Amino acid sequence: MCQVGEDYGEPAPGEPPPVPRPSREQKCVKCKEAQPVVVIRAGDAFCRDCFKAFYVHKFRAMLGKNRLIFPGEKVLLAWSGGPSSSSMVWQVLEGLSQDSAKRLRFVAGVIFVDEGAACGQSLEERSKTLAEVKPILQATGFPWHVVALEEVFSLPPSVLWCSAQEPVGSERAYKAAVDSFLQQQHVLGARGGPGPTQGEEQPPQPPLDPRSLARLPAAAQTEALSQLFCSVRTLTAKEELLQTLRTHLILHMARAHGYSKVMTGDSCTRLAIKLMTNLALGRGAFLAWDTGFSDERHGDVVVVRPMRDHTLKEVAFYNRLFSVPSVFTPAVDTKAPEKASIHRLMEAFILRLQTQFPSTVSTVYRTSEKLVKAPRDGPAAGDSSPRCLLCMCALDIDAADSATAFGAQTSSRLSQMQLPIPLTETRTPPGPCCSPGVGRAQGCGQGACRREDPQACIEEQLCYSCRVNMKDLGLGLAGDPGLSD
Amino acid sequence: MPAPPCASCHAARAALRRPRSGQALCGACFCAAFEAEVLHTVLAGRLLPPGAVVAVGASGGKDSTVLAHVLRALAPRLGISLQLVAVDEGIGGYRDAALAAVRRQAARWELPLTVVAYEDLFGGWTMDAVARSTAGSGRSRSCCTFCGVLRRRALEEGARRVGATHIVTGHNADDMAETVLMNFLRGDAGRLARGGGLGSPGEGGALPRCRPLQFASQKEVVLYAHFRRLDYFSEECVYAPEAFRGHARDLLKRLEAARPSAVLDLVHSAERLALAPAARPPRPGACSRCGALASRTLCQACALLDGLNRGRPRLAIGKGRRGLDEEATPGTPGDPVRPPASKAVPTF
Repeated sequence: MCQVGEDYGEPAPGEPPPVPRPSREQKCVKCKEAQPVVVIRAGDAFCRDCFKAFYVHKFRAMLGKNRLIFPGEKVLLAWSGGPSSSSMVWQVLEGLSQDSAKRLRFVAGVIFVDEGAACGQSLEERSKTLAEVKPILQATGFPWHVVALEEVFSLPPSVLWCSAQEPVGSERAYKAAVDSFLQQQHVLGARGGPGPTQGEEQPPQPPLDPRSLARLPAAAQTEALSQLFCSVRTLTAKEELLQTLRTHLILHMARAHGYSKVMTGDSCTRLAIKLMTNLALGRGAFLAWDTGFSDERHGDVVVVRPMRDHTLKEVAFYNRLFSVPSVFTPAVDTKAPEKASIHRLMEAFILRLQTQFPSTVSTVYRTSEKLVKAPRDGPAAGDSSPRCLLCMCALDIDAADSATAFGAQTSSRLSQMQLPIPLTETRTPPGPCCSPGVGRAQGCGQGACRREDPQACIEEQLCYSCRVNMKDLGLGLAGDPGLSD
Repeated sequence: MPAPPCASCHAARAALRRPRSGQALCGACFCAAFEAEVLHTVLAGRLLPPGAVVAVGASGGKDSTVLAHVLRALAPRLGISLQLVAVDEGIGGYRDAALAAVRRQAARWELPLTVVAYEDLFGGWTMDAVARSTAGSGRSRSCCTFCGVLRRRALEEGARRVGATHIVTGHNADDMAETVLMNFLRGDAGRLARGGGLGSPGEGGALPRCRPLQFASQKEVVLYAHFRRLDYFSEECVYAPEAFRGHARDLLKRLEAARPSAVLDLVHSAERLALAPAARPPRPGACSRCGALASRTLCQACALLDGLNRGRPRLAIGKGRRGLDEEATPGTPGDPVRPPASKAVPTF
């Protein structure tokens, strides 16, 4: 009912579905021979092998269609332990070990971020989680990294800079790269070498951060991180902060170890929820970056989402049928009530609506494919336009008194009402002046900034939604990681 | 504990806290602030130039009542003249009471009122008749689809009759936020691409429209109506529970509880959505039957009425709109021998 352009003649929801329910005589809809074991959409019953083929095909098609990952490239897989990212790691593992014709052609590494301090877990719980995580990581055979979120305090300010973007290769460049790679393979194979798995010989790498597994990070850092998260007033802002910190940390690790792509395991369902959540957070301008296949706003490292065509249902079935290992780690919003944050609300809403209108998630996904990465009016912003300090997107701020939602909120008329406290600067204790690192990096003395008011100074460099989140951060700048260097 | 003094005039006791800023204001100062903000929206967006004849879409509800009241107060300053246009959709038990409220307002404010009825404009089709026609297929009745399209046509017609140059409607920030949520959930890329601005500039001969209350939250509209003691009709439409918008409205209320600025954040998102050129609606032309603004051969109003008249109400709701401009095939319910330009569709 709800979908625009729905065809006339679809069965009414009250009537029984026209397709007969899978009975004992029903066969797999694809191969028509074997017994079906799983029903994906209404009426689509697959047998085990056809389901696997369908699932793997989707993964490969997503990578192949977009042609962003060049052969021999180093790709970092961001593994959270959850089902979607575990499935992604498993797919890459299988893809890299296939026979040469269909083999995936990039070099993979895995990273796991230990967020226990932000979620309020004790040291014993975190050690237990790490003990579960370690065998799975070792079993993949990839070079793996375990990083604690506390390391975000030791990031240099350079993470907030947007490096020069490499130009996206054209079709010809991709084809040429693949051809030359295949030729190389051929030559190496003819030479009778030991059959390298990828373009270069890579000895199995030892974990590059043995220290981080041997002991958990310094207690002071853990304390600082948990204090930071406790000081955030709302769960919404907490989740956003966690996401920002995690992204910066992963990107830093990728840069440090020479990875040029990061793969995250966001599934179709999660991306639909993320899209609606970001709408409500005021990130309408950046939806294409936040939920599209590739996210190149950080310049040299591109974030890629190969699982974006797989629904959570398919992922869950696959993991169950093919025993994909995963680790449960509680998150910031585990066991939080539904009303606690925008993220929770939207998730509950979409999943509830999905039961009533089964096409909800796919409709939102298809709409998200129609979004483009450019400002709505005017020319596409190049590297020269100012970027948000935290999320690296081009600023989407209107003039203060314009006839827009932003103008309505920050109208100068408010100051004419003789308020005792100016609105943008309430509730912050006079903190330290802008840290020199930020000042040098971003040209903080841009005229409008007043040295006595670091909060407003930082706010001016943030996009709309980061500003709204910043309001919920109770601390002054001293606790802001990445800026206090 | 007594209320704090008003933050603006420091004289009277504060009567409310503004939802947006938490500021404590007395009734008079709040109303003044509200009016100032509406004025600012109109001036900054250059919505109503001096000398405009403005047709206010008056439904008798809180939004259009507040809109008419504020514009009447601002009219000397803006140099505009006002006309009230009310639309009678023919919904029994609802619209009659609402129209009574509009008539009282028109009398009190001494503004000229014109009432346009669906029955007269659209060949005898009232909303109740449409609901009966679309019921019984087992699916939802999609009443709001018909009502929305036909009402905008009726408003345009009423505005032309009184010689207006602009049309204003009382959509508030909550409406805009619900619209963007709803359009995403339904996958309506065309509306997403068109919406989110300051109304439409009036292309292809249609009158320019705007929504001066666009950045005022619903709570503030209600508070304004309360402090100014405005008389309005506050029941919801008989068909409202069936609408998909109800889901979006419910979601918005919860979002607002979690984060008070969510409404304006959504409006900001809507303003900044960037859709692919292929998803955007095509350049509008003119309807081949009635000459109104249309992106296809037939404008949506004519297409919907066509479907109703042929006994196939869902003809224009759906992909492709098959069979729309053809002769009705023999044997279908509806008149097989009626020529395409049926006499039921009015000429303007």
